[in-house]
Amino acid sequence: MDYLDYVQMTRGQKIAYKIKSFFTGIPGAIVNLFKAIGLFFKSIFIFIGRGFKNYGTRFVNGDIGTKLSYVIMGAGSMMHRQIGKGLLFLAAEVAYFYFMATFGITYITKIYSTNVVIDGYDNQIFNGVIGSEAPRYEVDPLGLGGKKMINVDTVDDSNRILLFFVLTVLVSIAFFAVYIANTKSAYSSYEIIKSGKKPMGTIEELKMFLDERFHVTLLVIPVVLLLLFTVLPILFTICIAFTNYDIDHQPPGNLYWWVGFENFADVFYSNPMKSETFGKILVWTLVWAVFATFTNYIFGIILALMINKKEIKFKAFWRTMFVITAAVPQFVTLLIMRLLLGESTGLNVLWGTQFPFLTDVTWARVTVIIVNMWVGIPYTMLISSGLLMNIPEDLYESARIDGANAVQQFTKITFPYIFFVTTPYLITTFVGNINNFNVIYFLTGGGPSPASYYKAGQTDLLVTWLYKLTVNTSDFNLAAVIGIFVFIFCAAGSLITFNMSKSSKNEEEFS
Amino acid sequence: MTNVSVQSPNNNMQAGYAAKRRAANIAIYIILSIMVVLWIFPIFWLVIQAFRGEPGISTSYLFPKQWTFDNFIRLFVERDDVTGEIVPQSEMIYPYGKWILNTLFVAICSCIISTLIILMVSYAFSRLRFKSRKTFLNLGLILGMFPGFMSMAATYNIMEIFGLKQSLFGLILVYSAGAGLGYQVSKGFFDTIPRSLDEAAKIDGATRNQIFWIIILPLSKPIIVYTALTTFIGPWGDYIFVSYFMKANKDNFTVALGLYSMLEPEHITEYFTTFCAGAVLIAIPITILFIIMQRFYVAGVTGGAVKG
Repeated sequence: MDYLDYVQMTRGQKIAYKIKSFFTGIPGAIVNLFKAIGLFFKSIFIFIGRGFKNYGTRFVNGDIGTKLSYVIMGAGSMMHRQIGKGLLFLAAEVAYFYFMATFGITYITKIYSTNVVIDGYDNQIFNGVIGSEAPRYEVDPLGLGGKKMINVDTVDDSNRILLFFVLTVLVSIAFFAVYIANTKSAYSSYEIIKSGKKPMGTIEELKMFLDERFHVTLLVIPVVLLLLFTVLPILFTICIAFTNYDIDHQPPGNLYWWVGFENFADVFYSNPMKSETFGKILVWTLVWAVFATFTNYIFGIILALMINKKEIKFKAFWRTMFVITAAVPQFVTLLIMRLLLGESTGLNVLWGTQFPFLTDVTWARVTVIIVNMWVGIPYTMLISSGLLMNIPEDLYESARIDGANAVQQFTKITFPYIFFVTTPYLITTFVGNINNFNVIYFLTGGGPSPASYYKAGQTDLLVTWLYKLTVNTSDFNLAAVIGIFVFIFCAAGSLITFNMSKSSKNEEEFS
Repeated sequence: MTNVSVQSPNNNMQAGYAAKRRAANIAIYIILSIMVVLWIFPIFWLVIQAFRGEPGISTSYLFPKQWTFDNFIRLFVERDDVTGEIVPQSEMIYPYGKWILNTLFVAICSCIISTLIILMVSYAFSRLRFKSRKTFLNLGLILGMFPGFMSMAATYNIMEIFGLKQSLFGLILVYSAGAGLGYQVSKGFFDTIPRSLDEAAKIDGATRNQIFWIIILPLSKPIIVYTALTTFIGPWGDYIFVSYFMKANKDNFTVALGLYSMLEPEHITEYFTTFCAGAVLIAIPITILFIIMQRFYVAGVTGGAVKG
C-alpha cells in the first residue's frame, strides 16, 4: 500500500483502511512493548556487568589504599589525604553494620520461618511463616470458652517483620551504592595523585553540592521522603499479594505466611466466585472508562466551541458558570448528587416519583456516566478553550477562501489540531477514569450489590473494589493482587498507546 | 451550473446566510442556557437547602417555606435540646470549627512543605543535567501509575510504627512526601525559561545554588502561586486517604471527613441542612481560589503538549 493507492480510495475505504490499520497496529505495538521491556532488561544487565568489571579492574589497578577500601570503607580516601571524606565513609560502614547487627538481622531471619500456627481450628506446621514466635493460647481455665494469649510480650507481628524486612533491604541497597562510591572515589583520588596533582579537599568537595552536584542537594530530601512513604508502602503491598494476610490472619493475634501465587490464581481462575466477580468488574471498568473518557472529551470540546464562537456574547459569564461547578469540592457535589437522585430523596420527592436512578443496575450505570459528564465536561471545556485560542486564525481564513463550510472547518482543522495536542491528555484521562474512585464511591457506593459478587457491587470499579476489600473486609492480599493488576494494566496500556501515537505520526502525511 | 444562481442578486444570498447564522446563534444561546441551568441546579439546590428552616432530607417543594441562618450558626454553636445551654465545643457531636482549624493547619503545613519539595524536584529535573536524570524521571512515571490508595494500609502501618497514626502530623507527612511526584506542571514551566539566563549567570561566576535562588525563583512567581494553591486546596477535598487514616478519631477529622460523617444514617435527617451549610461555607473560598488559578491549570495540562 503506498500513497497513490491510498489517495485513490473512496472516503469509506479510507476510513475502513484507517480502522483496519489501527487494529492491525495493536499486535505490533504489543511486540514493540515487549521489545522495549527486553531492551530495558538488557541495558540493566549490561549496566550490572560493566559495574562488576569496573569493580574488579579498580581493585587490580589500584594501590594499597584502594585495595584496603574494599574492606574498610574510607581507607583509600584517608590514605590519599582526604581525611574528612574517608571518615564519612567509615562512619557509614560502622553505622550500617551496627544497624544490621541490632536491627536488620532479626527481620531477615524471621521473614521465612517454619512455625506452628493455628489455622482454622488445628495447630499446623507451615513453611514460610513471617515471624518465628507464634501466639500461644491457654484455654480459659474457668471454662467460659474464651482463650488467652500467654506470650503477649514476645509474640511476633508479621506486619512489623515484613515492613522492617523491606526497610532493611532498602537500606542495604543504599549502603551498597555508598560502598561502590567509596571504591570509585578511592581509585579516582589514587589516579589524581599518580598524575602528580593534589586531590580535592573536603571543604571543596562539599562546596560542589551547591554547584556541580546541586541536584543531589535538591533531590535528597524528596527522594528519602518518597522512599519512606511511597516506595516502602508499595513494596510492602506487593509482598502482601504473595501472602495470606486476610481477615483470618490478622496480626497481632495471628501470623500470616507466604503462599506464592495462590491469590493471583484465586482472582484469575481458581476461585469461581472471586474470579467471576473480577471478570465482571473488569469489563464494567473498561466500559466505564471508555464512555467516561469519550463523552467528556467530545461534549467538552463541543461546549468550548459553542462558547468560543465569535458571535456569542458574555463568554466570561458562560465560562464562569461551568467553572463554578468544577471548583466546588468534588465530594460535596457528588454527595449532593447522591441525595438528589436517591430513591426517596431529592428529585424523587420533588416530583413525587420513585425512579431508581441509583438502585437499578442499568439505570445506576447510566446515571454514573451522566453524572461523570456533569463533573468532567467543565474541565475539558476549560482545557480545549485554551487550545482553541491557539489555533492560528489564518488557517480558517484560507479554508474559507477555499470554500470550506463550518463542518469542514471543524473536521479538517479544529478537531485534528485539538486531537493531536490532547492525545497525551486523553491517555491520562483514560487511566484516570479506570482509577476514578470519587464518582462511583460517592454516588452508588458500588451498589446495587447482588449476592453473587464477592464483596462488591455492579457499579464497582476495580479500584473501589480494592478500597472495599481493604477497608470493609480486610482482604489485604486480594486488594494487593488487584492493585498490582491495575498497575500493570495501566502502565502497559499507556506505553502501548504512546508507542502507537508516535508511530502514527509518520502516517500523518496520508490524511 | 444553471443561470439561476448567476442571476440571483448577491445581497439576497448574503441575507439568507446571515439569517442562517442568526438562527444558529440563537440555537447556541438556547443550548447554553439549558446547560447552565442543568449544571448550576445541584449547586443552587445545595445553597437553598443550607437556608432551609424545615428539618429533614428533602421537601416536596423547591423553595423552603422558612428561610433561616440557624444551620450556619449550628455549625459553630450547639445548644442542648433540653436545657438550651450552649454545649462546649469538646462535647459537640459535629465540631465544625475544630474541623476547619484541623484542615487549615494541615493545609498550611503541607502547602509550605509540598511547594518547597515540588520546586526543588522540578528545578532539578528541568534545569540541571546529571547522569541518572532519565532513570529518575522514568521511576517517577512508574510510581505514579500505582493506584493511589493501594498502599493505604501499609502507610497506616508505617505511621503506627512512627507513633503518628491518626494524627495531623502524620497526615501532613504523607501529603508532603507524596508531593515529590507532582513535579510535571512546574517542570513544564521551568522548561520555558530561556537557558541563556543560566549560562550568562554561570559565566559571571554564579553557582547553581545562586542561580536557583536569585534568578529562577523570582521569575517563577506564577508557578509558585499555582503550586501553593493546589497543595493548599488538596487537603480540603481529600476524603479517601483521611477516612482510612483517621478511622474513628473524631478529634482529628478534617472538614471533608467530618461533613461526610454528618450523613450517617442515624443523624442525616436531623443534620442534613447543617451539612449543606457546612458544605457551602467551605465551597466559597475554594471556588474563589480555583477560579483564580484556572488559567494556570490549563497551561499546566497542555503546556507540555503544545510544545511537543
